[in-house]
Amino acid sequence: MAAIRERALAWLYTRPEARAWALLAPGGFWLLAFFLVPLLIMFVYSLMPRGIYGGVEPGFTLEHYARFFDPLYLQVLQRTFTWSIACTVICLFLGYPVAYVIARSSRWRTFLVFLVVLPFWTSFLVRTFAMIFLMRDTGLINSWLLKLGMIDQPLTILYTPFAVMAGLVYSFLPFMILPIYASLEKVDPSLLEAAEVLGARPAARFRRVTLPLSTPGVVAGSLLVFIPALGSFLTADLLGGAKQVMIGNLVQNQFSSARNWPFGSAASFIVMALVLAAVMFYLRVKDRSSGGAPSL
Amino acid sequence: MVASSSSNNRTVVQLSRVSKSFGDVKAVDDISFEIRRGEFFSILGPSGCGKTTTLRLLAGFEEPDEDGGEVRLLGELVNNKRPYERKIAMVFQNYALFPHLSVARNVSFGLEQRKTPKGEIEGRVRRALEMVRLKPDVFSSRMPGQLSGGQRQRVALARALVLEPAILLLDEPLGAIDLKLRKEMQLELKALNKQLGTTFIYVTHDQEEALTMSDRIAVMDNARVAQLGTPAEIYENPRTAFVAKFIGESNFFDGRVTDLNGEWVVQREGGGSFRVPHTPSLKAGQQVRIAVRPEWLDVQRPDAVPPGENALEGTVRDIIYLGETMHVIVTVPESGDVTVALRNEGQLIKPLAWKRGDVAAVAWLPEDCQILEEE
Repeated sequence: MAAIRERALAWLYTRPEARAWALLAPGGFWLLAFFLVPLLIMFVYSLMPRGIYGGVEPGFTLEHYARFFDPLYLQVLQRTFTWSIACTVICLFLGYPVAYVIARSSRWRTFLVFLVVLPFWTSFLVRTFAMIFLMRDTGLINSWLLKLGMIDQPLTILYTPFAVMAGLVYSFLPFMILPIYASLEKVDPSLLEAAEVLGARPAARFRRVTLPLSTPGVVAGSLLVFIPALGSFLTADLLGGAKQVMIGNLVQNQFSSARNWPFGSAASFIVMALVLAAVMFYLRVKDRSSGGAPSL
Repeated sequence: MVASSSSNNRTVVQLSRVSKSFGDVKAVDDISFEIRRGEFFSILGPSGCGKTTTLRLLAGFEEPDEDGGEVRLLGELVNNKRPYERKIAMVFQNYALFPHLSVARNVSFGLEQRKTPKGEIEGRVRRALEMVRLKPDVFSSRMPGQLSGGQRQRVALARALVLEPAILLLDEPLGAIDLKLRKEMQLELKALNKQLGTTFIYVTHDQEEALTMSDRIAVMDNARVAQLGTPAEIYENPRTAFVAKFIGESNFFDGRVTDLNGEWVVQREGGGSFRVPHTPSLKAGQQVRIAVRPEWLDVQRPDAVPPGENALEGTVRDIIYLGETMHVIVTVPESGDVTVALRNEGQLIKPLAWKRGDVAAVAWLPEDCQILEEE
């Protein structure tokens, strides 16, 4: 047994390519089995007629893709994109200053990073329910405002677009903060000093040095917020009620109560294609504006 | 506080009793000196001596403590002025080039920040690059990541010089490049200093570098200026044992001063004595330490010491052949290993006469004794 192991290791040692494959294999297998194969199945399903009791019937059709171009669904798609972009922009404006302060602090840095990741210690579902307790008519916000006499009637917060946006921003903010923090932290302090001694006041220094050097973090953070926001359904489901449906809710619905798997699959693939297009467009614009600085 | 009236228009930098602490640690402790226009001034010392903090006080990255004295640049009190409000330029130890900007944009950065007319910028960038011997047509569009260490160094220098500053601060700028290039850059920097008339303030821990380039050197030790003077003054007359050891090599001899019929003689504890020149600061009975440079010593047979020279007897411990010189290490009781540097004047004239274990005397002229102050 040991001899075989030794011979295998010796064989690997002489072949760097084989070694690379050996390292890639376990993870690669995982992705193949649990990501690529199901995706392929979904793609095939999206091109087949719908089964009466769920599932699919043999045959080929493009009707599910055609059906998506119904104004009802396009409106959901548009809402999803608008909200995801808005969520990304809000996260950027809220997250950048936080990341900046963390990166520049010394003693509190570890603690602050810890605070940013703290929400991950509880389940996303629990945190979303907690937001319901915060925002509902008899929730914390309304009862305080009433007590302070600032309002007479409880404000309707839950089941509004605001509630969904608050939930989305809350859940994705750490994904914006962490990559920006990571890229700001790597900025050599002597570069800031160099800018200052060359005559740059704080605002110019930020615009000309800090901000361009943190673009990789901004790009990574934006993608990490935008893409999952686009696919999210739990937040809209729990905080938005039936009126604030996002594309994720639509897909989830097709696979569960509507039992229309091929249409759900088709919708998924359309969203995937749009996300891919949006991300490539974003990266192209970013590359052009930063003059070919290394991306990600 | 010291009045500023003492400075004349040739003084561009004036530190008066400047102190800077970080928490309980005094990084700079009550230092004062003036730097003259056009001077190549080095601040030399081991790491942690306060030299970098001194430079950062001049640059404006640090402010002196409250009641921590005055920093004046070109006559103006700048204690609380930010770096961008000071008329200085600086070259950083790690070059600090902006990695996202091309060479030309790095060099023009300061001009743009200082609102230089657009039409002027390109020409000045070209001239600055030429000044540091980088061909503008080749290097302007390169990114810092595509440059060698020496080229980055030159870009950093161009970025500072393009501003035509009155004062240029350099923080160990040659530390990271190889020896041969470093020697070349030392001479180039010195030439630029003379050619431009810019005051160079150069921080280094390399004594040879400081001696090569400087008009004057401030040797710092333990947050204070241990000695300030020209390279020759510091080498020939080190004030303290620290300076003697840090600048070049030195041998130390201790003893008690006695007045022997009008001659000052130092009596060593372990026996033996040597003469020292008349020095007003010495008093009979005083404990004293003197330093003698290796190249001022000679090795002699104990019975052949020339009259008038000091001599201490010992045993040859080692002979180190260095080409240009030969070091003979003689173990002298109570003084330990004494290094004698003999010039290589040719095999025929000076054969390798010494071997290990020989009884020998180290000999030197009384006037070559450097009498050191207590630290």
